[in-house]
Amino acid sequence: MSHDARTTPLFEEHIALGARMVHYAGWQMPVQFSGIMEEHTAVRHGVGVFDVCHMSEFRVFGTDAKAALNRIMTNDLDRIDAIGSALYTVMCDEDGGIIDDLIVYHSGDLEYLIVANAGNKETDWAWLTSHLPESVEATDESDRTGLIAVQGPKALGLVRELAGTDWSMPTRFTLSEASLDGIGVLVARTGYTGEDGVELFCHEKDTVALWRLLLSFPEVVPCGLGARDTLRLEMGYALYGSDMDRGVDPVSAGLGWVVPRTKGEFIGAAAIDRIRSAGPQRKLVGLTVSEGVPRHGHDVLHAGGVVGKVASGTYSPTLGHGIATAYVPAELSGEGMRFRIAIRRKTVEAIVTKPPFVKGTSLSASGS
Amino acid sequence: MYPKELKYDREHEWIRTEGDVATMGISHFAQDQLGEVVYVDLPSAGDSITAGDAFGEVESVKSVSELFTPVSGEVVEVNEILADAPETVNEDPYGDGWMIKVRLSNPAEVDELMDADGYQAFLAEEA
Repeated sequence: MSHDARTTPLFEEHIALGARMVHYAGWQMPVQFSGIMEEHTAVRHGVGVFDVCHMSEFRVFGTDAKAALNRIMTNDLDRIDAIGSALYTVMCDEDGGIIDDLIVYHSGDLEYLIVANAGNKETDWAWLTSHLPESVEATDESDRTGLIAVQGPKALGLVRELAGTDWSMPTRFTLSEASLDGIGVLVARTGYTGEDGVELFCHEKDTVALWRLLLSFPEVVPCGLGARDTLRLEMGYALYGSDMDRGVDPVSAGLGWVVPRTKGEFIGAAAIDRIRSAGPQRKLVGLTVSEGVPRHGHDVLHAGGVVGKVASGTYSPTLGHGIATAYVPAELSGEGMRFRIAIRRKTVEAIVTKPPFVKGTSLSASGS
Repeated sequence: MYPKELKYDREHEWIRTEGDVATMGISHFAQDQLGEVVYVDLPSAGDSITAGDAFGEVESVKSVSELFTPVSGEVVEVNEILADAPETVNEDPYGDGWMIKVRLSNPAEVDELMDADGYQAFLAEEA
């Protein structure tokens, strides 16, 4: 491996566990430990842990922080006025092109914690800081922050056990502080798997201790980026770089729900309004594939011609067949529409299916 | 992990010959690199294949690998169980995980292949 790829505080832990490492977004990350199927199943039915230290964390604070972020983010920060609450959003350029998708946590008085994609860190930081007024301060806390996701129907029980009896679990999309066996963490009830669970922020220097503490429970399975991808795609969660990028707007990407119509002015609002009024030309749809495994970039065919490309594609370990997302002409995006996907030497049938592909996960069961 | 009675090629296929029929599959190394196999695409009995050509592909969750034949001939049998149980390739790559049987049109092609020791030396070089 080249030496320019960065390593997380857990790199040596992964090597010791025999993980297979890959380059991802400029980082050396584990793609799998015991195997993608086993890890995937552990998260759907038990509990898995993920090293997500590569993610970027920015802290934004000041009297005008909320107003400033509301001009940058498409979603409405009014929705997270309660301290401790969190919001999924995108931020767009003037043309409505998606710069990144993020989670904004209202982490304290006049203070917001933003978690962004690893591969977009420099772009995001430049965009944020160039659009914040002088009265608002921002710090890049990525290097001093560790982040471990604990996901699965048994995740909450584990965290409760570690946090002690006088601590109460935050509700979905909120966070609270906790001490796990003496390690100070921020427990965020968020995730990217479709299962209930948490993401634990800690000081960079505590990351190894926290990882080992979690793995000291025999039922906890270390999971890599491979399972992270199959889990998120089974839920239809978008991945930046595959399902969206600067060339696509949130309405076409199926993320219109993070652009409330009632919100005031923000960057990209006019462009997104125009797209909404005219209707998007292309839409991101879910596809169920009976044979083979669709992958990013494969052609989507209709009536003998290429009408789109696969955005994300994988084999669904839960369903036992291929699933994908693809951008197709809006008039062909209805549920049940049939396409063919060209997988190298053959074409296979693909049927438009409304995500989530997998239903009845612990997240859907927990209600909120 | 690399049975002595088999021959191997640089694309990580193995070959077992009985008379003029060769059975073909992928090596332990290949299945380990791929991870859990979820789909195997094979030719049909009766198809002709030529040494050096891609004759199928094997997919894991994360990656896909084309299968290249080191020998030429007619496919006489295809391992049907892989359609429903592709993971057999991981569980038993040299046994139930075999892929196709080929009636060799040029048995001399088999002589070009590596034996188990040669293949392991090749793997060591690659690593």
